[in-house]
This record gives sequence, structure tokens and C-alpha cells, in this order.
Amino acid sequence: MKQRNPEIDMNDVVISIRDLYKSFGSNHVLRGINLDVHKGENVVVLGRSGTGKSVLIKIIVGLLYPDSGTVNVLGKDISSLTEADLRELRMQVGFSFQSAALYDSMTVGENLAFPLRRNNKHISNDQVRRMVDIVLDAVGLSQAINQLPAELSGGQRKRIGIARTLILKPQIMLYDEPTAGLDPITCIEINNLINEVQRRFNTSSIIITHDLTCAKETGDSIAVMQEGQFVAQGSFDEVFQKENELIQSFYQYNFIQ
Amino acid sequence: MDSSNGQPEKPVISPGVDRFFVSVHTTFLFVARFFRELFRFPFETREFIRQCYMVGYKSLALISLTGFITGLVFTKQSRPSLSEFGATSWLPSLIAIAVVRALAPLVTALICAGKVGSSIGAELGSMRVTEQIDAMEVSAINPFKYLVVTRVLATTVCLPILMAYTALVGLMGSYLDVHMNEQTSMTFFFLKAFSDITFLDLFASTFKAMAYGFTIGIVSCYQGYNASQGTQGVGKAANTSVVISMFLIFIEEVIIVQVVNSIR
Repeated sequence: MKQRNPEIDMNDVVISIRDLYKSFGSNHVLRGINLDVHKGENVVVLGRSGTGKSVLIKIIVGLLYPDSGTVNVLGKDISSLTEADLRELRMQVGFSFQSAALYDSMTVGENLAFPLRRNNKHISNDQVRRMVDIVLDAVGLSQAINQLPAELSGGQRKRIGIARTLILKPQIMLYDEPTAGLDPITCIEINNLINEVQRRFNTSSIIITHDLTCAKETGDSIAVMQEGQFVAQGSFDEVFQKENELIQSFYQYNFIQ
Repeated sequence: MDSSNGQPEKPVISPGVDRFFVSVHTTFLFVARFFRELFRFPFETREFIRQCYMVGYKSLALISLTGFITGLVFTKQSRPSLSEFGATSWLPSLIAIAVVRALAPLVTALICAGKVGSSIGAELGSMRVTEQIDAMEVSAINPFKYLVVTRVLATTVCLPILMAYTALVGLMGSYLDVHMNEQTSMTFFFLKAFSDITFLDLFASTFKAMAYGFTIGIVSCYQGYNASQGTQGVGKAANTSVVISMFLIFIEEVIIVQVVNSIR
């Protein structure tokens, strides 16, 4: 199990969510979510598929808007930001997609350089190359620079997806199902990478997952989501001592069966 | 449609009509956003040039073939009727008027709706369903400006150029047939062909081509950008891009011809 990061600053809240509600038609996805993420902390949001975990992080990054409630990211209320302010904030927030969402028509190197060039008009080619090398090295895929996404394995694509978010030096990382669909060995590599990113780049993160091993290995704290609400929050041990049916079934499926 | 209390909302007119008006509204917002983003810095010059290459240069082979055959076949079909009256010398003028006023803009637009429209619809659609557009957005990149504005602008700019090229190739096709039958020289053919073409014809055709280009670009981008439902949605986006573009092109053709004829 992961040791709690000693550098977490409990006085510095980077993401603060209060009474968050979101519905799609008659489907009430989020029903009163409250969550604080502190600087340097990895928070795992654990829950079954379709419980609204991905919707939560899409709201945090402004891809979706809440019906009610407030989401403060780095001291800014997401709902009240202008388009330009939101874009500026997004440079501080990295989002790793479940599918990696790499640009098919670009090589790995171009995928990484793209956000950098778009957001820094005067950056030189040398600087871009250096930054690309640094993040590729951080995810251990320096050799893949000229490959196309279609030539990569699922785990490699996820790692490149993480590298693409790291290149903008975000303060916050949002991981959407980082280990979904990967073999156990690759899952361990991704878990280690998430911890390495936290340590090396001093990021705060929300990790969305239904993989208990990932939660155990990467989370400083865990929030269990059921039907759009958090039914338990705390450290791994605190959460899994609760007598909640969902939590116990998660535990039994992952660690006993 | 559902209300917030979970009960299905009653349609205002009928579900189909409501859906139609909602889609008209969202299309209007999409077009309005295009014009808003068009005049906002920075311009995506490199991507615009790349799109011009994809729309213009990559369509040349197909356009050349169809344009040439259109001119050739139209001349062959017109010859018997004109020769009945001994009026085959009118062929260059007749073909030029038909090609410049109607055939070149329409043929170019229909070919591009099929080739370029489906490609834009499928490309943006697959980018949408694989979250690549969302990835751009969260990387602080404006995907609308980068993907939509550049493509719509490219189709709007390239269609008139392609139309002029189609007209030229179509006249070459026509010349081939006229030369083989009447041994007319190229200079005489083209002098005769352009003698009846007015500035209004050229202006109207250029305007038509621009309108068709804009239509193809905006419809295809709208369909692709708003694609949903996975791979099925990508196919649907590509298909509806072509169908709606072609439908609107014919509607525009009728309207523009009416307006131009009232001026003429």
C-alpha cells in the first residue's frame, strides 16, 4: 500500500467541490458531491462504472457544466470563468483520458509538441524538442518519439497521454481510469508512473478508477462513489473498514476472489 | 426530452418538429460561432494552408476527370440537336454558357460534397468520439478555431478556384470534340466560347462556388463536430454531411439562379 505523501499541504486546497449536482435528463448522475483535494495529494475516486466518476472530473476541467454547486480549482470558480480564463486554467490542469485520446494523424513527438506550440507561440524548436525529451523520459518511452499512436500498445498510449498532459507542467492531474483494459504488469507500471509524476512534478491528482489495486497503490485518500454520492472518504484502511455493501463487494472481488 | 423531476417532457408541437427546431437553433449557433472565431486572433494559417492542400490539390484528379468528361459528353449530346438547324458553330458559345453558368459550379460542388464533405465529417466525427476534440480543449487549445474555422475557410476559398479549373477542363473536353469534328483551332474555339460570357456570369459563378464551399464546410464540420454514438456516429456524420450538403447546394442553386436572372 502507498505511504501517504509527506509533502501534502493540508492548508492548501487546490480543488474544492461543494454540493455538486449534475443530471442528464432524468438521469441524476451527481447528487451533492463534496470533495477537497490538497496540494500534493492523490485522491482516488472509486466506484462502479456509470456512477458519475468521469462526469465529476469533466466538470472540474470545464468540459461539462454543473446544474448546481460550486467547483473551485486553484481558487477559481469554474462556472464563472470566461473562455479565456478557462483556457488559462486548463494549462494548469492535466487530463489523462481513459482512451488516451492521442491525435491519430500525428506521431508521438508531434502529439507532445502540439499543446506546447499552441500555447507558446514564441517557443523555439530546440526548446520544444527538449521538453518532449524530458516528458518522454519521464514516462519511459523515449524510443517511441517517431511512432504513430496506432503502433503503440494500450499501456504505451496511456503513458504518452500522461506525457502529453505533463508537457504543460500542470499543478493538477486528472486521471480517468488509468488502468482500465490493461494487463496486471502494465497496471503496476501505470500506478508507479502516477506516483512518480506526483513525486517528480509535485502534482495534486484525482484518479478515477474501479481498480482497487490502483486505488491502494496511488491514493493518499480514497472517496467511494455510489449512485452519485460519496459513501465513504478517508485513507484506504479507514474506507475499507466500513460496513458498506458496495465497499465490501469491491474488496472481496479484488482481493479475496 | 425529460424534465428535471424525471417525467418525460411534453413536446411543444411534436417530438419530430421540436427536434427540427432545436437542430436549426444549434446550427445557427454553430454558424454564428464560426463568424465570431473567424475574426479572432490568432489565425491558424498553417492549418488553413494544409486544409487548402487537402481540399484543393487532393481533389484535382477527380475534378479533372469529371470536368473533362462533362464538357466532352455535353458537347456530344448537344451536337445532333444543333446540327439539325445547321448551327454547330454555336457549340462553343452554348457549351461555355452551360459550363460557366451552371455545370462547373454544380459539378465541382457535388464532387467536393462527396469527397471533401464525407472526409471532413468522418475525420471530425472520429476525433469527437475518440475524445481527441476534448483532449484539445483540455490542453487549452480552441478546437473550434483549429478544426472548424480552417476547414470551412478552406472549402470556401478553394471551391471557386476548383470551379474555374473545372470550367477550363470542361471547355478543353468540349474543344476536343469540336476540333475532331470541325477542325476548329483552339484560339477560335475559346474566342467564340467567351464571346457570350459576361462579367455577371463570372461573378455569379464565383459567388455560387463560394456559397457551395461554405455550405459543404459548415455542414460537414457541424455533423462531425457534433457526432455521437461511437463508430456508428462517425458513419452517420460522414453520410449526413454529403446528403445535407448536396440538398442545400441544389436549394442554393435555385435561389441564386432566380436572383441572377432577375438582375440580368
